[in-house]
Amino acid sequence: MTSLLLALLFLLAALVVNYLLVRSRWQDATIIKFILPAVFGLALLFVWEGLVRSFEVSPVILPAPLAIADTFLSSLGLLWQDFIQTVIKGAMTGFLIGCTVAFAVAIAIDRSSFLTRGLLPIGNFVAALPIIGIAPILVNWFGFDWQSKAAVVVVMVFFPMLVNSVQGLRASEAIQRDLMQTYAANYFQTLIKLRLPAAMPFIFNGLKIATTLALIGAIVAEYFGSPTRGMGFRISTGVGSLAIDLVWAEIVMAAAAGTAFFGLMSVLEQRVTFWHPSQRSKR
Amino acid sequence: MRNVLPILSVLGGLLALWYLAVVPMNLRTALDQAERAGVSVVPSTAIERREASVWYLMLNNSDQFAATYDIQRSRLPTPDQVVSELWKTTGAMALRGRAMTKRSLIYHGWITLQSTLWGFLLGTLVGIVSAVVMVYSRSAELTLMPWAIISQTIPIVALAPMIIVLSSQLGIEGRGVPKAIISAYLCFFPILVGMVKGLRSPDPSQLDLLKTYHASALQVFIKLRLPAAVPFLFTSLKIGIAAALVGTIVGELPTGAISGLGARILIGDQFGTPLAIWSALFAAAIMAGILVTLLDLLQRMTLRKMGVAH
Repeated sequence: MTSLLLALLFLLAALVVNYLLVRSRWQDATIIKFILPAVFGLALLFVWEGLVRSFEVSPVILPAPLAIADTFLSSLGLLWQDFIQTVIKGAMTGFLIGCTVAFAVAIAIDRSSFLTRGLLPIGNFVAALPIIGIAPILVNWFGFDWQSKAAVVVVMVFFPMLVNSVQGLRASEAIQRDLMQTYAANYFQTLIKLRLPAAMPFIFNGLKIATTLALIGAIVAEYFGSPTRGMGFRISTGVGSLAIDLVWAEIVMAAAAGTAFFGLMSVLEQRVTFWHPSQRSKR
Repeated sequence: MRNVLPILSVLGGLLALWYLAVVPMNLRTALDQAERAGVSVVPSTAIERREASVWYLMLNNSDQFAATYDIQRSRLPTPDQVVSELWKTTGAMALRGRAMTKRSLIYHGWITLQSTLWGFLLGTLVGIVSAVVMVYSRSAELTLMPWAIISQTIPIVALAPMIIVLSSQLGIEGRGVPKAIISAYLCFFPILVGMVKGLRSPDPSQLDLLKTYHASALQVFIKLRLPAAVPFLFTSLKIGIAAALVGTIVGELPTGAISGLGARILIGDQFGTPLAIWSALFAAAIMAGILVTLLDLLQRMTLRKMGVAH
């Protein structure tokens, strides 16, 4: 019980430290935005470790964080191979194809207000559907390897990306378009110099939603058939063969990949849409 | 209303594309069946056909096109096959009084709906409570908000099997609870974000006014912040319920569940009956549509009663 008590004490201390830090004279420092969540996350890991140790939870039910870290480090090769198969080949390929196609379609239909009015409500509706269920059908069509995973990802990211791009292309104001007209700008000049930059906050919103969907799609598709590698494959077989610590290591890997992918998009967004009020206020 | 015509024509276009795609998708199966029935096809053996491209087969076997629309267990069922399967497993069974048998999608839809609603309720509660805490405590916001964002970038499907293993070890019977937890995990985030935005939406001048009235913090919350947050809340509730349905289906898909729409998709895959997958998919889509529409109606009614111009 002592380890659990120690862990709970640590959690309490962490909360008090956070509370005091926010009221301290460093409260406006940027670093505090990283310290607070880091301290809290560390405390939660301590509690997890303490719970597992003091109740002697079997490692086939819930392994302790240290055990998971151990497995993670000892099976780095395997995890890297799964990462390449699922994230790079499946999710990234699908993400690139799906977002590019959706963006191209958005630019194409944007010239017709009739098509836009028809596609926008449908796209909005489809984006809310559990499209993930299409995974077994596409695995059946495209085979077990990464191509079918990329196909699932393409379908999943297409509609959120399309809806956001179409909305973004309509984001420039009438007065700005009028100005371009008085400059005698043609369609492409208006598109490149005014409407695409104005659309960027919306497009990045779509891209950020798509990063999460891409990983979900690639992993779920592997549950329905995959070569003997890949995160989804490892997780589903790991649960079956009680290699729970390996499953958690894969979850850590998936979480890191998801967060890094999302973070990459956020950094790109900050670089590209530095002029937007939501980004300016952060400085 | 002016959008009805564009929507209908886009839907018509998608339907036409679907019917067009049926021929290339199903032609090989149709040719195999025709060869077995003794009809001459070009090329005549299955091995040669495997080498040939679909377009070559289509050029030489145009008389078999009609057959592609009438294949059991086809790779791509036609829309009318899907609709009739959907009717056979819902309306027709209900008419015979067998709506709650295991072959009926009404039964499976009900199982999925229950988990979705429990998850939605749980996610909404967690979302609202944590939004209130974050609005009133800066340290809670700085501590928890990054984790809330990170939690959404973690692919939940990776965690889903572990949630089910854990809850069964904790002695929770059945799959209802883990499925609800998974769907709450997906649905709390939009509600949290919407509520934080909504609770912060009152102007400083409005807050100042209440201060001059000597209103207590609780009164400010009940009379100003909460009503101001309601429009934001409803918008996020609509996103949240759709996310909750996705969560439930994800919870049913990879984990060997036997009832629920996700399980129908899984079983359809294992038994090689694409029609079952398609009809379960459409049933899920219809359910999502109904749930979002209901919330939309509730939103209009509430906002009208509150006197918020819409």
